[in-house]
Amino acid sequence: MSELDAFREEARGWVRANAPKSLWGTSGSGPFEGYWGGSKCEETDPDLLRWRDLAIEKQWTAPSWPVEYGGGGLSREQEDIIHAEMKAIGVPRPIAGQGLAMFGPVLLEYGSDAQRAQHLPGIARGEVRWCQGYSEPNAGSDLANLQLKAERDGDAYVLNGQKIWTSHANLSDWIYCLTRTDPNAPKKQVGISVILADLSTPGITVRRIDLISGYSPFCETFFDNVRVPAANLVGKENEGWTIAKAILGHERSSIGRSIARQPGSAQREVVARARKHLGAGEGAIPDPLLRDEIATLGMLEEAFHLTLARIQQSAESGTPGPEGSITKIVGTELKQMRFELGMKVAGIQGLGWEGPGFDEDDLQYTRDWLRSRASTIEGGSSEIQKNIVSKRVLGLPEGKK
Amino acid sequence: MSGHRAPSLLLNDEQKMLSKTAHEFIRERAPAARIRTFRDSKDELGFSRDLWSEMAELGWLGLQIPERYDGLGLGFFDLCVVLEQSGRELMPEPFISTLLLGTQALLLGGTDEQKQALLPGVAAGEKLLALGYEEADSPVAATKAGDGFELSGRKVQVLDGHVADRIIISAATDDRGTTLFLVDPSLAGVSITRQHRIDGLGAALVSLERVAVGRDAIVGKADEGAALLDAVLDRASAGMAAQMLGASEQAFADTINYIKEREQFGVPIGSFQALQHRAVSVFTEIALTRSVVLAAARAIDDTPDDVPRLTSLAKAMASETFLHTAKEAIQMHGGIGVTDEHDIGFYMKRAHAAYMTFGKPSQHRQRWAELHGY
Repeated sequence: MSELDAFREEARGWVRANAPKSLWGTSGSGPFEGYWGGSKCEETDPDLLRWRDLAIEKQWTAPSWPVEYGGGGLSREQEDIIHAEMKAIGVPRPIAGQGLAMFGPVLLEYGSDAQRAQHLPGIARGEVRWCQGYSEPNAGSDLANLQLKAERDGDAYVLNGQKIWTSHANLSDWIYCLTRTDPNAPKKQVGISVILADLSTPGITVRRIDLISGYSPFCETFFDNVRVPAANLVGKENEGWTIAKAILGHERSSIGRSIARQPGSAQREVVARARKHLGAGEGAIPDPLLRDEIATLGMLEEAFHLTLARIQQSAESGTPGPEGSITKIVGTELKQMRFELGMKVAGIQGLGWEGPGFDEDDLQYTRDWLRSRASTIEGGSSEIQKNIVSKRVLGLPEGKK
Repeated sequence: MSGHRAPSLLLNDEQKMLSKTAHEFIRERAPAARIRTFRDSKDELGFSRDLWSEMAELGWLGLQIPERYDGLGLGFFDLCVVLEQSGRELMPEPFISTLLLGTQALLLGGTDEQKQALLPGVAAGEKLLALGYEEADSPVAATKAGDGFELSGRKVQVLDGHVADRIIISAATDDRGTTLFLVDPSLAGVSITRQHRIDGLGAALVSLERVAVGRDAIVGKADEGAALLDAVLDRASAGMAAQMLGASEQAFADTINYIKEREQFGVPIGSFQALQHRAVSVFTEIALTRSVVLAAARAIDDTPDDVPRLTSLAKAMASETFLHTAKEAIQMHGGIGVTDEHDIGFYMKRAHAAYMTFGKPSQHRQRWAELHGY
């Protein structure tokens, strides 16, 4: 047995022995599903909290981070194995969210020792929740156009401007921001710096944004003469664009994976809704055209999971292929297709917004369908993803956008 | 994959080497332009027997045939490695008829005698096989006659029926079921007429008029041929899906190269976002198709229970991908793409033919739905 196989046995044993039974089968085990923690967290599910505590004790909340920063000191391969074993039984990762999936890895790569020591242990214990300050009203797909001003003043930066789509800023403790430190740089990609801010700093205002679904996962975050220590600069001043791209890379690969859920679950969900709403019992769904569409969905879902498996196997064997670039495009399309079909089979029972005559599951489903429209926009729109694949994987020449 | 661990979808070092060797050999020796040459010269065979023999010497034809029948005793997965490469150049050699349909029928249902008589010849490139199962207006029936049977009726578009040394024929047996018979085309009552198709694969009408065969001609069990035929067609679907994957890869690569070079308005047309995003869609479909083709091939070797659903998945997806790739390839080639002078049109003809063979995607989706209980 290879070392990794031996570790797989150990991981499987530990996960199955320690994950509370009530959590089994409840999650796709993605990096953004489950307990996000932070000082404003109001989670009360005792099993979720116990699972968190057991994993902290085992040092498996951030398995591949160095031990001195609250990690497990394991390899990336071992970390993948632990997460795969959680996914195999459908339990959430003990701690999820931005800090573990995106900010932490970047701080490990670009941060100073002092910054790592200050921030990473709190993330690994789920005590500090982070959010991302990237987009601005005039910097969406054209992110490098960002304008949040950061001016050096003694041993501080003074921040003025606005961020938008700051996910869960209202529930977070800290924000990592892309700021404009040199407004006169010759190229807009130059003159950008990554600066960290405690959200309780005076001058920061957070306002929630209501989406078409009625959910408010996003916020606008305003900065009005906000003074943060100069030591909160990550990496070098004016060289933040490289870091920004690295974070986006983490985000896109994790969005693709986080959408994956359990193999076959999208098809099962739509079939169940079809049975409920078309009054069809066991056996063939009576509408052959709908059945064909569901089969198309089921096939795409299986192909997506097999492709994720293939990507992971290639990475484990040390020869990663170019397929990783498509997971966000495909994963989000699959998600939208699933909700479209789930709404289609529901007919007018899917039209409820709230109140009598609609059951809770259907109301929730409708909200989730509306929410799913954002998936091909957030974290880099599908069009931006296609530009990137076109240039970096297919080697096509850049043209006018 | 429902619930259990994903199969290994990687090639091992030997398979990577095999893939590379086959790729180079085929690109060099068997370019797609041969389809035009065979068509225009009205070549009797429609493919090259010499090339077939060379591939036998390389060991490719006997990859999956057990060692006791002079093969290499490897898996269906290994065979698919070569099939993928053969698809790149649309090779008209009898891969589907002989290695997929005929050989798989014998491996799954043949007696030791039948296998001994034919498989060593297949591995050596000397014997060709075919399987007749498609009918139009004259279904083939088998009636008992003495110790054996008499076969009458007509099979259509029997791939390589014009050159096969033995043709396996499916026949209805006295309303009790279906039986597969191994038929020597030189028998009295068999007449073979060559058919010409858009895709350059050789095919024939096989007419049978009171053709007498013995019980020893039965492949598998009498009256239980339908299940055997399904299993054979599953494997053929998986193998053809591997060819379609290779063909899609090649048509796509040719197209990307073309749009990088072709200039209009003073710039390469590949710099236009309208083409770039469609190219990425095709790239994405091909990447997904590769995963399902590898999974189906793996299932045939390792997990028989998964074979029906994964082969239907592979056939449906490879069919849609190949046809879409080929249509986009022609569109992006512009005017030259619709001329007979350019090879890209052959990819679309093959794509359409492959789409229609062994069940259209909609039929496989219906089967998928049934297998998943809806």
